[in-house]
Amino acid sequence: MAMALPLAYASSVVNPFEAGRLSFSTKATKHKKHIYQFRKVTKVLAYYGLANPPYKLDALEPYMSRRTLELHWGNIHRGYVDSLNKQLANSPLYGCTMEELIKTTFNNGNPLPEYNNAAEVWNHDFFWESMQPNGGRLPWGGVLDQIEKDFGSFSNFRDEFVHSAMMLFGSGWVWLVLKTNERRLSIVRTSNAVCPLVWGDIPIISLDMWEHAYYLDYKDDVSKYVNNFMDHLISWHSATARMVRAEAFVNLGEPKIPVA
Amino acid sequence: MALRALLTKRAPTLASGLGPFASAGGSGTGWQGLCHARGLKVAALPDLEYDYGALAPAISGEIMRLHHQKHHKAYVSNYNDALEKLDAAMAKGDVAAVVRLQSAIKFNGGGHINHTIFWKNLKPVNEGGGEPPHATLGWAIDTDFGSLEALVQKMNAEGAALQGSGWVWLALEKERKKLLVETTANQDPLVTKGANLVPLLGIDVWEHAYYLQYKNVKPDYLKNIWKVMNWKYASEVYDSEAA
Repeated sequence: MAMALPLAYASSVVNPFEAGRLSFSTKATKHKKHIYQFRKVTKVLAYYGLANPPYKLDALEPYMSRRTLELHWGNIHRGYVDSLNKQLANSPLYGCTMEELIKTTFNNGNPLPEYNNAAEVWNHDFFWESMQPNGGRLPWGGVLDQIEKDFGSFSNFRDEFVHSAMMLFGSGWVWLVLKTNERRLSIVRTSNAVCPLVWGDIPIISLDMWEHAYYLDYKDDVSKYVNNFMDHLISWHSATARMVRAEAFVNLGEPKIPVA
Repeated sequence: MALRALLTKRAPTLASGLGPFASAGGSGTGWQGLCHARGLKVAALPDLEYDYGALAPAISGEIMRLHHQKHHKAYVSNYNDALEKLDAAMAKGDVAAVVRLQSAIKFNGGGHINHTIFWKNLKPVNEGGGEPPHATLGWAIDTDFGSLEALVQKMNAEGAALQGSGWVWLALEKERKKLLVETTANQDPLVTKGANLVPLLGIDVWEHAYYLQYKNVKPDYLKNIWKVMNWKYASEVYDSEAA
């Protein structure tokens, strides 16, 4: 996950040994003068970094080629990170966590210019982690139970997810989210860079439906891409971990009230 | 009744783009014949006036073939499908269905309109593609933008800045006879930005228009497409509308 990291001090003039020795100086004025100089030459910078996907770039073959990942992660995702850092360099929005930044810049539907870059950085991180080599097939345990509860059956969910992806007009994403208010799983389709975090919902799985995500491998055959994602790429491990975390914020269970 | 059953039965295969009328020439005379008999005019995939490979190296033959035979054809098929359903819903008085079909009609119909203009906008270099505009359109560009270079730069900037999928247009504002650069999202036709706007040139900045060749370097695609731009078509439209 991309997060704000402190960059090393911008100046290499400070000698750590001298700095260490400073604290032992008994001369008060000398100490003060050095502290002043110390403050002047150092500058802590924060920036957002590009995290690696949790697998090698060729690990998702043949369902997502290495070339696609090289371009999608290496150029496009990296491009968003660089653009974001450039935009934030002189911005008062500097220093937020990624989620805070997304919610702030979404501005309740009137997004600020930084929104697109911030959201896309987060969305892509989330997407890489939503996939795994040898993924697909069925979820298990609590996630499967919750899906069956909220969609009727796993195959209903799968059909609805695929249908939603096929019905997306233009660029966007398809999400399996846990709706915090309704306390249930739901499938949501968003345009361009919109992310369900802005509505306070908790995403569990995402699928990138921008053409750059599949065009090299599938050309216009969107249905094959989506079906391959469902059958071979989707990471139910990630989904389980996210659901576990989500349950700390959303009460999904029904209280078991003992009968006296 | 049998007619309707025949039509609705054919609809799914057409929508997938791989149906019995899969040739690039048209959506099938049988289908059109039946619909004309009922007064419903369906869309047809127009032919290109040049070979798929004729716009290379600005736009590769592979992209042109996919763009025309798959994407545009899918818009045509889905539009016809939605139109058929709309007709049925209107006949039945099913208001909910009529409203529900609007987004499919706007998207697929818009896609058909936009791409039909787009094919006419492009011309191989050896047939005059890339030749700058003269006379009336040339002067209008100089008046409204300063120079052709300024216009190209503006359109490229707007195209590069466009987030997601959409189009960049050189538009003529009919009432004031002024040229404008406009962008539309997804497949929204230019008229959604103003009823008086006439499209002179449109550039498709959906990723399918360039990704196979230019990958994510959209600015390179925008720079090169001007080499095959058909200014003659734009001039003709300008002269007929701004007269």
